[in-house]
Amino acid sequence: MENMVNIFLFGKKYQVPGNLTIMSAMEYAGYQLVRGCGCRNGFCGACATIYRIKGQQELKACLACQTKVEEGMYIATLPFFPLVKQVYDIETVKTNEQVMMQLYPEIYACIGCNACTKACTQGLNVMQYIAYAQRGDFEKCAEESFDCVMCGVCSSRCPAGISHPQVAMLARRINGKYLAPDCGHLEDRVKEIKDGTFKELIEALMQKPVEEMKELYNNREIEK
Amino acid sequence: MYSENFQKSLKAVEAAREQNVAMEPARMTAKQKEDLLAEFHPDYRQDQFEILQIGPNKGGKVPKELAATLQAHSRITADSVDLSAPDYDVDVLVIGGGGAGASAAIEAHEAGADVMIVTKLRIGDANTMMAEGGIQAADKPNDSPAIHFVDAFGGGHYAAKRELLAKLVCDAPEAIQWLSELGVEFDKYEDGTMVTTHGGGTSRKRMHAAKDYSGAEIMRTLRDEVYNRQIPVVDFTSAIELILDEEGKAAGAVLLNMETEELLVAKAKTVIIATGGAGRMHYQGFPTSNHYGATADGLVLGYRVGAKLLYAETLQYHPTGAAYPEQIFGALVTEKVRSLGAKLVNANGEVFMHPLETRDVSAASIIRECTARDNGVDTGNGKGVWLDTPMIEILGGEGTIMKRIPAMWRMFDKYGIDIRKEPILVFPTLHYQNGGLDITEDCMTTNVENLFVAGEAVGGIHGRNRLMGNSLLDIIVFGRSAGKNAAAKAKNTTVGTLTLDHIAKFEQEITDAGIETETVSPKLLPNYTKRADF
Repeated sequence: MENMVNIFLFGKKYQVPGNLTIMSAMEYAGYQLVRGCGCRNGFCGACATIYRIKGQQELKACLACQTKVEEGMYIATLPFFPLVKQVYDIETVKTNEQVMMQLYPEIYACIGCNACTKACTQGLNVMQYIAYAQRGDFEKCAEESFDCVMCGVCSSRCPAGISHPQVAMLARRINGKYLAPDCGHLEDRVKEIKDGTFKELIEALMQKPVEEMKELYNNREIEK
Repeated sequence: MYSENFQKSLKAVEAAREQNVAMEPARMTAKQKEDLLAEFHPDYRQDQFEILQIGPNKGGKVPKELAATLQAHSRITADSVDLSAPDYDVDVLVIGGGGAGASAAIEAHEAGADVMIVTKLRIGDANTMMAEGGIQAADKPNDSPAIHFVDAFGGGHYAAKRELLAKLVCDAPEAIQWLSELGVEFDKYEDGTMVTTHGGGTSRKRMHAAKDYSGAEIMRTLRDEVYNRQIPVVDFTSAIELILDEEGKAAGAVLLNMETEELLVAKAKTVIIATGGAGRMHYQGFPTSNHYGATADGLVLGYRVGAKLLYAETLQYHPTGAAYPEQIFGALVTEKVRSLGAKLVNANGEVFMHPLETRDVSAASIIRECTARDNGVDTGNGKGVWLDTPMIEILGGEGTIMKRIPAMWRMFDKYGIDIRKEPILVFPTLHYQNGGLDITEDCMTTNVENLFVAGEAVGGIHGRNRLMGNSLLDIIVFGRSAGKNAAAKAKNTTVGTLTLDHIAKFEQEITDAGIETETVSPKLLPNYTKRADF
């Protein structure tokens, strides 16, 4: 028999193989998941989970699909957290700190407790990216928050009621649209296509017999 | 850290690394590729397929598991719902909350339509979220849509519907521009030039990325835009049957609340199927890189009302799924790892192929290495080959991995493997549904009016194999197009009397064909209870 461990799902004890993730352990125990399960690969943030190991003080947070079970783990999933998402128009939004004062003024009530950073399931420096957002340094906020999966655990621990993932989302969109350098070759190519520059070439390919297409494909030059 | 069992092979890989970095492995000839695929690619294993006995593709072959779900009973009968009092009445109904569905909804909204998204899990619980590597577009001076066309057409074995492929490549640069203007953060140099790399089978470096969170970055931005436009999103609700009107046009769907099991009726002037792929069907018992809800729902919905499938017998097995550790078995190791210079190495430390062959060829080659040639590494849970990630740091300089593929580093670091210093073990994983519903250039199905399709549920854009970076592209190009066209069509549509007569008709076909089955479909979710083996 494989190495079994005792875990407590919402307080109820189950014995499961010790090599499972929390998510597969729940399924092993018999849960058919609907909530709290999305990509199963650590990208979507659906399976935010909090736990405490029996006899230890610290409350930990993780993604259930990315974390192995441990002996004595008391587990509660957090499949939804009521984040505040403010509505704005990306075409007319301000691109300095005024936008944060307008949409997410609570970030200025941050007391610096760092509970968000300690709770982050991705190991991000959440308090730091909120500090960048406060100052309107959206490029740095975007960079620091880039790996965020918006699971919401940070916000669940915040005494100031900040919705950190939504603040970061706004910063990233402003950075992507307004602050990152414009791309000249992209604009040129879109214009060329609109002007019909490639029309004849494409039409020729549409008509070519398969044998000739094979010839083209097998002898095409590949950029080093 | 790898245990003792791996050390001998690991030493061989390390010893050969310097030499392996420097070598340029030969690419296979067309003939070598053909022979390799015929012998080792899962699509060619005849005993794993079944001939359809009913429906629009009667006589065609599809994977056994798909045949069972296509030729299954409906979850309801026509009298389970009251069609006379719809719970929702909209212009455009989008089924699916991934990248294609969100793009479609945004464009339909932009065109002034009353649009709604219904999605089985949450918006963003989709394969789009998990696409790591990037998105193709021929926007560099040494490239052109025509070169992109040749790459994709050849990579798809000359089977793509050319008008769909032409649209894909010609609309690609504009798709990138559209995403940029929504705020998607593509990797750029300081002067604004896009950072682009190769993918398997590309002849130009046209892979655009947002680190290795490309799909996640696109998806979260689209989702934010859907919310900003206040487009209604009905989540945890699955479409389980399409509704037609008396003329046979698509006119809505029956919805199932995934939690309360309540049935609801959505009436619509046009319907867009954007339900994504089928990895969770686990064809041929393969693990999958797909999200939890990828169960071919859209194919079932469409097939039952008579929409044709194209190339449903072709699946993509991504060459590099994680083979070790067991907890992430089948999870995607992005192709970008190879784009950045990591090579595939067998148990003896030998580079056995060019790392950037097309996906089907690469998958077949890895399977051959682990079976017929017996050069695989025993993982304790099957075989795998090495993907020598430390090569990336040698080629690109220290720090390249953290800068370009942080998600990969994170995924393995959780299990004590530092991919900057140690290679990883990979084996093919079920990744993409090449085939799907047959559409015309306007995204409408070829034989059910007012039924549009976008994203992975479409068949024919890529032919019989898809290149990396062309699916993030297709969800945007065809998602947007479906949204615009469905909105325009809705303007000239008056919905007649709603009917679910097709359910009884299909049931009769099952009986007449003598099919005995207890399966109901769509499947909606896989069942992993008491068996955590996938």
